[in-house]
Order: sequence, then structure tokens, then C-alpha cells
Amino acid sequence: MAELTSNFIGIKSPNPYWLASAPPTDKEYNVVRAFKAGWGGVVWKTLGAEGPPIVNVNGPRYGAVWGADRRLLGMNNIELITDRPLEVNLREIKQVKRDWPDRAMVVSLMVPCDEESWKAILKHVEDTEADGVELNFGCPHGMSERGMGSAVGQVPEYIEMVTRWVKKHSRMPCIVKLTPNIADIRKPAEAAKRGGADAVSLINTINSITSVNLDDFSPEPMIDGKGAHGGYCGPAVKPIALNMVAEIARSPETAGLPISGIGGVTTWRDAAEFLALGAGNVQVCTAAMTYGFGIIKELTAGLSQYLDDKGMTLDELQGRAVPNTTDWQYLNLNYVTKARINQELCIQCGRCYAACEDTSHQAISMSPDRKFEVIDEGCVACNLCVNVCPVQDCITMEELPLGAVDERTGEPVREYANWTTHPNNPMAKAAE
Amino acid sequence: MSNSVITPGIQPGRLATEHYASHFDDLYPNYDPHEAMVAADRCYFCHDAPCITACPTEIDIPLFIRQIQAGQPEAAGKTIMDQNIFGGSCARVCPTETLCEGACVREMAEGKPVEIGRLQRYATDSLMARQGHPYARAASTGKRVAVVGAGPAGLACAHRLAMYGHDVIVYEAQDKPGGLNEYGIAAYKMAGGFAAREVEWLLGIGGITIETGRALGRDISLDALRGEFDAVFLGVGLGDVNALGIPGEDLDGVRDAVDFIAELRQTDDLSRLPIGRDVVVIGGGMTAVDAAVQSKLLGAERVSMVYRRDRAAMSASDYEIEHAATEGVTIITGATPVAIHGQGAVEEIEFAYTGGNESFRLKADQVFKAIGQKLVPLDGLATAGRKLAAQPMPGVWAGGDCTDGGEDLTVTAVAQGRDAAEDIHAHLTSA
Repeated sequence: MAELTSNFIGIKSPNPYWLASAPPTDKEYNVVRAFKAGWGGVVWKTLGAEGPPIVNVNGPRYGAVWGADRRLLGMNNIELITDRPLEVNLREIKQVKRDWPDRAMVVSLMVPCDEESWKAILKHVEDTEADGVELNFGCPHGMSERGMGSAVGQVPEYIEMVTRWVKKHSRMPCIVKLTPNIADIRKPAEAAKRGGADAVSLINTINSITSVNLDDFSPEPMIDGKGAHGGYCGPAVKPIALNMVAEIARSPETAGLPISGIGGVTTWRDAAEFLALGAGNVQVCTAAMTYGFGIIKELTAGLSQYLDDKGMTLDELQGRAVPNTTDWQYLNLNYVTKARINQELCIQCGRCYAACEDTSHQAISMSPDRKFEVIDEGCVACNLCVNVCPVQDCITMEELPLGAVDERTGEPVREYANWTTHPNNPMAKAAE
Repeated sequence: MSNSVITPGIQPGRLATEHYASHFDDLYPNYDPHEAMVAADRCYFCHDAPCITACPTEIDIPLFIRQIQAGQPEAAGKTIMDQNIFGGSCARVCPTETLCEGACVREMAEGKPVEIGRLQRYATDSLMARQGHPYARAASTGKRVAVVGAGPAGLACAHRLAMYGHDVIVYEAQDKPGGLNEYGIAAYKMAGGFAAREVEWLLGIGGITIETGRALGRDISLDALRGEFDAVFLGVGLGDVNALGIPGEDLDGVRDAVDFIAELRQTDDLSRLPIGRDVVVIGGGMTAVDAAVQSKLLGAERVSMVYRRDRAAMSASDYEIEHAATEGVTIITGATPVAIHGQGAVEEIEFAYTGGNESFRLKADQVFKAIGQKLVPLDGLATAGRKLAAQPMPGVWAGGDCTDGGEDLTVTAVAQGRDAAEDIHAHLTSA
């Protein structure tokens, strides 16, 4: 079995799966259960400054979006940082790290935006002998109204300033957690790097309203007839997270900056995708909250088997898809594929036909006995039929070889050429 | 009572009293909301869905299942009833594995179709539990239509005519409306007096009057109806049964299965209904299965169902045959009855293997004949094969089991009754 031992910015863990800073990492009891189950590390739920702990609502904290069979596809929350006394958290962190020295113990922090507050909390954390800190510049609800969380994460100058304080007052590795509630994720990442961050982690949750109560006319989760936006997470946010991770991984300004990938990691495959797009490890929350800590066995065994099947090490996987992540203008416009329907696998539901006929290019025919076939003259290879087909691999996209005639255009398939040299592009450079 | 399953002869009370209710309760209780959601989530919302094509009434099945998914089972029920006002009984009695569920793409994909029948039950029960009838009558047209037979064909026709504002008088030979739903189908498929409730609900539209105990040819004549009404619909079903034509057919204990089922359905106290210890049912259709299974459920010790051709030729669905086997009915195929033996009452029935010379005898103190029903001939009406034509005479329409076309199923009868109503309406309003 492929080795999964992970070394992320000097923090070692037996596998690259950490539990993200969230309810599952709020207490010794939960974290010990996670470590017993096999999790590689945790980011302890965010600590605040000394003094009376924050309070949470006492009604529902989570909203949800479900798919078929009530599968949880997305969840949001209006929970705040830890509501337990600081000294209790610190004592438990120290105890757990002592009992589980091989696991990563990172402590998430969120204190007011002044140097003294950060200096004070860092001293406390260092005393626990935790492996590092994660700066929570991401939470989009509640704390942001008090000038913390995403209120900091949305201003690159603040990120840089606070990161600088943290590096000044602590020798611990420092991860800056980024909010996705921003136009260009590269800017806060660059700011973190300028401030001296050892890594960034992303994404934190996305501003969201998951549903509206149509009897009481309030967003949900509903607290006494009112609702507030919460942070969205789970499988639904993975595509957004993957893109943001890739943006940072391939930007010349931030290339090489270690990334802890977060956002909808549910199976080993999701983790492998984050790693391939440049993440050095991944953090998981919603999947654990949905299914319990036992999923770590599939996450680790699955990733290990995948690496074995590929004859690859974890290091070799990391960033492997980054060079292939490019801009649209560089995509090969002479790459031509056609949908192919495997009649053996087809169950004749006709969803490909409805999708293509109603909403696309009328490139699938339907016979009276429900045989569905692709009309190459019309197929633009959009892939919609593949996406709506309920049977995996029943419809595939087949590449036309160089020189073959595309029935749609009547033109032979030519060598690579992209938009930058295309005759229809007013900005095109003259083809040499 | 001291009778048991081994008491010889035809005896009531073979079971402990408490067993009757459970034996004849709903074979499949209604889904609870969670079960319905799980089942509904499996529907793919196919394009031009094969399940719709497979339904004689062409219910928009993907639409009604989507409405269940979207949390509105009553709207789903309305989608069903728009096409099939007997959606409730069809959900209970349709051989779905040869109709909608047999055509479901998930049958092809996984061998497990979406459970359309049970979802239809969930939707129609939801709608019928609601106060009031969901359809309103159009303004009265002043046209009057006579419907003969208050079974699914006749009442489907009557309901559609009433929607259009015509006045409908339904003549029913039996004491109660409902036709085979009331008299001819196994009790566990229509538990809880559903057939009567469904008719009452259907009549909620108004404009329909049912006159029971009025038989065509006995109490009323077709000529009189044609004179008095603007149109006539015949949904008289099949009033006669085929005879075996073998020695001993008139011995005591030999009986038509349809009569047995009708008696069972109308019995208030099943423990008082006598049943044989050794019961033999002759036939391979739904009626044979319903008689055989219910014999077993009444406490018969041994029940055999004997059919002259092979299993594939049986008109009962695979599901029905498996159900009979599960209940302990012995199924014998390829055997033709040649004689019934006994002194005054049946004691044995003799069969010859079809196409061979060998024969065998089965011990029997009760024999049910279920070898098919046939039309009672009506003078002057055009026929198609051995049944009535869809329009057997000017101004007269027909539908249901008494007509040719389609299988003798409730759902087919509903489709024919409904479509005849559309035709009658077009005829009445075209002048």
C-alpha cells in the first residue's frame, strides 16, 4: 500500500487528512474519537480572545440542501467560534497533543484586529505544544459583524498585517485560512504570502441562504422567525474550492505557496483532486459530520490504492494537474470529439434526447423503438448528454483523430490551434 | 366452533377468529411519507416515458412521481385522476409488472422498476383523503346519457360525462355499484371497503344517479333507453361463465369461482363462510388465483390450481402466480379436467395430462371453475369476435370487459369508458 505519511510545512501526520476547524474539533472527546478512528490531524475549532466566551444561538444552527434519497449535498451553518472557555480548550489541546504526538495538532485562531490580542493568544497556544496555528480570516457570519473572520479576510492589507504580527510573535508554522467571499482569491493569498504565511488553507464557507421557510417566510435555519446568512459547505462547494486552489497554485505570484485544500472532500477521489491541483493536504468537515469519523478508512485506503494503481507517490500526485490548468484562450480549438452512446448500456430513458432536443443542438435521434443515437452533423460535443445520463459510461466522448472530417463542419481535424491565433479574434496575433 | 383446517368437507370457521382480519387485510399497506420519498427519488423522469405508453389510461407517471418528490402527493393524485378516475383501485389491482413497471427503464437497468403502483396508491390515497371532490361539473347541457353497468367502465364513462355537464343515469343489475371491484377481486387487494368508498368519492362530482337492481333485458330494455336518452353506454361486463362440459360438473361442491369470490366479498363475517378442506381451482387467470389464494386464506388445508396449458400461457401475471405459490397454493399445469367423481357431492376430480394418455386424480371436496367468462348476448348489437363492438349500434357505445380490445383489466375498462365518454360528448355537442 502506498505510503500516505504527510509533511505539510513541517507538520507531520500519518496521512494527509485533517479535520477542519469546526464542531468536530471543538473538544477533546471528539478529537480523541477522530484520532482513534485514524484521522491524520485536526485543526482545533477556532479559539477567541481571553474573557467571556462567545455565545451561540439556541435554535437550529444548520441549513441543508439535499439530493435524491435525501443525500446531503450542501450544508450551511450559523455557528460561531468555540463557545467554551479558552483555558478549557488550551488544557485539552495540550493533553491531546501529549497523548497523540504523531498526529497534527493545529489551532485555529480569531481575535480582534490588534497586535496585542494576537500576541497574547499566540503565547497561550505555544504553551500547548501544538504544531501550528491557522488564522481564521474566513468565517462569513457573526464574527465578521464584529470585525473579525471574513471581515479581515476580505481586506488583503489586514491579512498581511495580522500575518506579520503572528510571524513576529510566534515561531509556530502559520496557515492563513481564506474566505471565498471575495472576487479574486489570489489577492488575499498574495497578501498572506507577503505577511510571511507558511501556507494558506481554503476555502472557508460561502455566504449562503440554503432555503426559505414558505410558511413563516424566513430564511432557514430559522431562529424565532428570522434567519441570517450562514456559511455553505459540503459536496456542493467542491467545484468552487477546486478552482480557488488551482488559481493560487498556478499564479506566478503564489506558485509554491503550500495549500491546505478544503471544501466538500467526501471520498478519496475528492482528496486526490485537491492534491492534483496543488494542495499539500486536505481538511474535511461536512463528510465527517454527515457520516461520522469512520469514513477515514475509505479516505485513506482509497487514496493509497489509487496511488498504487498509478504507481505514484503522494508527492508525485501533488500538483500534477496544475500545469494542465490553463486559461480558455489556450484550449485547443481543433480538438474535436463526438458523443457516443453505448447501446448495450443504454436503458432507453431518453434523457439525453430531451436535453439535446430541448436545450441544445438537436444532435440525438430517437427511433420509434427508443433507440437513441448521436447525429454527428449536429453534435458540438458539449457533453450535456453525458452529464444527464443516469448510467455511468453509457455515453462517452470520442476524440476524432487528426485528419478525420468533422461531420458538423465538413472540415478535417487539424493541428493544435487556439483562440489567440484564431481569425475571428480581433486581437489575434498573425499566425507565423 | 371446533372446526380446523383438517375438518373434512366444506366447513366454516377453520381458523381462529382473530386470523381472518389479518389474512384479508391490505396485501400491501400504503407507503408512509418516507417510503414514498425514497421510492419516488428513483424515477428518472424519462423523455416520452415508456411507463406512460404501457398504461392503458396513459397516466403521466413521471409527472406524478415528480410531484411526490416535490412534496405534493395530492397534486400527484390529481395528475393520475385526470387520466384515470379509478386511479385508486388501479393502484391496487393493476398487474403493474406487465404494464407500467414492466416498461420502467430501471427494470432494464437493475431489474428493479420504480414502484409505480405503490406510489400511485400513495398519491391517490392522499388526494382522496382530502375533503371534497377535486373535479367540478361544467354547466348543465341538458343532455341525458344512460350508462348500463356501474363497474369501472360505466362509472369512468359517467364521471367524464358529468364533468362535461351531461346528466347521467347509471343502471346496475347488482345491489351495489362497483362491478368487479366490489364483487370480483380478492378482498386483500381492496381492503377496508375501498371499492365502495371509491364509488362514493367518484359520485362527489354530482350529476350522476345510480339505480341498482336494474338489469338490462330484465328490468330495462335497450330500445327504451335509446328512446329516452340522448346516448347509451354499455359497460355490462361478462355476465356468463364458461362451463367445463365434463361429467360430474353438477355435483355438490362444484361452483363457479366468480360466485365464490362475490360471496366472499359480500360476507360480513368471514369465519362463517364455508370452505373445503381439499380445494381444486380450475383455470389459469386472475380469477383462478384470487379463488385459490382466498381458499387458502380461509383455512383450506390443500389448494391446487390446475391449468390445461403451460405456465407461460397462464393469463395470471407472474407476480400473481408467485403470490399464490407463496400462500401455499399448489400450481399444476398441462392438465385438463376430464371428470368429477363423487356420490352426490364431489370427492375427486380427474385430470388428463394435456396431449397424453396418462391421468391422475386429486382429492377434492370443493371445486372452483375459473375457465373464463363470456358475454351474455344482446339482440341487435354488433359484435367483434365474441364481444361487443365499441359502438355496437348508432347512439350506443360500449366499453370494458364486454367489448373487444385490450385485456380484461380494470385499467382497460376505465380507458374505454373514458374514451367513450369523450366520443359521446363530441357526438352530443356536434349537432
